[in-house]
Amino acid sequence: MTALGLFNYWAVIFLMMVGFYTLIARGNLVKKIIGLNIFQTSVFILYITMGKITGGTAPIFVEGGEDVIYSNPIPHVLILTAIVVGVATSAVGLSLVIRIKEAFGTIEEDEIQDESL
Amino acid sequence: MTDHLPVLLVVVPLVAAPIAALLNHPRLSWAVAVAATLWALYAALELLSQTMAAGAIHYELGGWAAPYGIEYVVDPLNAWVVVIVTLIGALVAPYARVSVEREITEDRIPLFYAAFILCLTGLLGIAVTGDVFNVFVFLEISSLSAYALIALGSDRRALTASFQYLIMGSVGATFIVIGIGLMYVMTGTLNMADLADRLPEVSGTRTIPVAFTFLTVGITLKLALFPLHLWLPNAYTYAPSAVTAFIASTATKVAVYLLLRFFFTIFGATFSFDVMQLDRILMPLALIAIVAMSLVAIYQENVKRLLAYSSVAQIGYMVLGISFASVLGLTAGILHLFNHALIKGALFMSMGCVMYRVGSVRLERMHGLGRAMPWTMAAFVVGGLSLIGVPLTVGFISKWYLVQAALEQGMWPVAGVVLLGSLLALMYVWKVVEVAYFREADPELEISEAPLSLLAPTWVLVLGNLYFGINASDSVDIATRAAEMLLGALS
Repeated sequence: MTALGLFNYWAVIFLMMVGFYTLIARGNLVKKIIGLNIFQTSVFILYITMGKITGGTAPIFVEGGEDVIYSNPIPHVLILTAIVVGVATSAVGLSLVIRIKEAFGTIEEDEIQDESL
Repeated sequence: MTDHLPVLLVVVPLVAAPIAALLNHPRLSWAVAVAATLWALYAALELLSQTMAAGAIHYELGGWAAPYGIEYVVDPLNAWVVVIVTLIGALVAPYARVSVEREITEDRIPLFYAAFILCLTGLLGIAVTGDVFNVFVFLEISSLSAYALIALGSDRRALTASFQYLIMGSVGATFIVIGIGLMYVMTGTLNMADLADRLPEVSGTRTIPVAFTFLTVGITLKLALFPLHLWLPNAYTYAPSAVTAFIASTATKVAVYLLLRFFFTIFGATFSFDVMQLDRILMPLALIAIVAMSLVAIYQENVKRLLAYSSVAQIGYMVLGISFASVLGLTAGILHLFNHALIKGALFMSMGCVMYRVGSVRLERMHGLGRAMPWTMAAFVVGGLSLIGVPLTVGFISKWYLVQAALEQGMWPVAGVVLLGSLLALMYVWKVVEVAYFREADPELEISEAPLSLLAPTWVLVLGNLYFGINASDSVDIATRAAEMLLGALS
């Protein structure tokens, strides 16, 4: 396979690093959640990509077509679960950010640390 | 009905959680939580006795045959883990009523119990499932409810502690998903037994070591192995007392179980330890955790935080046992799962009693508590002795096996570090004892003993510490069988 044939995987790695970097480097709690989302999204794409089979069609049964090649639907189904989990994580995270804003008056990590002392 | 126990163990609490939320009444929701945990304990003990008598139980969810359907597998190892989790759950639930009324506002109490039962559900699910993706789903159920539980702490820093845990926990879980995905892409299966069959064929590829690495980092983040423990001290310190007692004695234990399951059952000891040389990473980290985290614990002024750092050190002992990859070492690690749950459960529960009467667990507020709250502090002392590893307590049993496992492989320095860890534990436990027993109490403060509903569960665990320290044959028996099973999987 050429480098271009692995385009999706390059996209996965790029998104994963962008998300992970944002998560670590940003002090703003909302940006951290956004970073986490991008990070998780890259994994969604990883799963979806690995379900693709060259020449495969959508995994819907074709009447009478015995030699039809289907893409593997299982990774897609799995990642649907992971998407739900991701949404729930973001929801819990964002609601925590709201509570932190109420309690500390800021959502910047360094200012919260000054406040906590 | 006994045929369906593996799934009922998980489904009953899962259904109880929304019921507790919908009842929306502090006492009724509490009653649901107690009922659910008692049911789970009964199911767990039943499963343990069945597996010990007749070997592993395989249960096909919805009748779909493995490896296509999801399979629940109960063998001595996870039956043991399930017993630990449900035992602590069944003690924390009655304990929580009084403790939670003091620490959480009334309108949130029903939701607290809903989250508590969900957390239990998730932990039980991780333990019994035989499907790796199912592990991830249950992991997130338990983690998300744990974030909510920690955020309910009365200190505002509970919110930031919970947020920090959420970020690190989600990264860990996502790493685990990446690892699972990479395994799936090479083998086309998610069933643990099936994976164990198919992985050796493809273990020479580059993908499988990468999957292994992602899983290692993800799981060690969840079990708070040094240096990935940063989320733990704050989370344990600021969470409500009942939550700390529950999570400290169950969540990290289940993560250790996952480590065992992935490295021994799925990848196999040969791949994990001979090819990937996991012990070269785990052992130094475990030793550093034991020494460094015990030292940090000595300097803490907040007793819950002190115990939290001590937990990170104790996780070091479990991982150290695992890193020997021998029957004795694994026995020590698996024994310490149970023993540490008893120890830390008792210690954190006694701190919950202090929190209830004093309103703080900082050392400067605990002067003379040994006279004001004799039963509470006596519980702490026994738990502390067990933590140090004094004979006749469970802590001694764990360390005995750990030292034996180290000497078996001729690792004298490692045995020395284990003993050094005990010495350091003595120092931080003594620090609390000194303040509670040898300092004069403020005469103006009138502090009475904690109520019975807090003391009774605490003392059940304390007596457990003594009972299983004197009569360890049952727990050692089960741990040895689990260890032999894990290592037998490779031949």
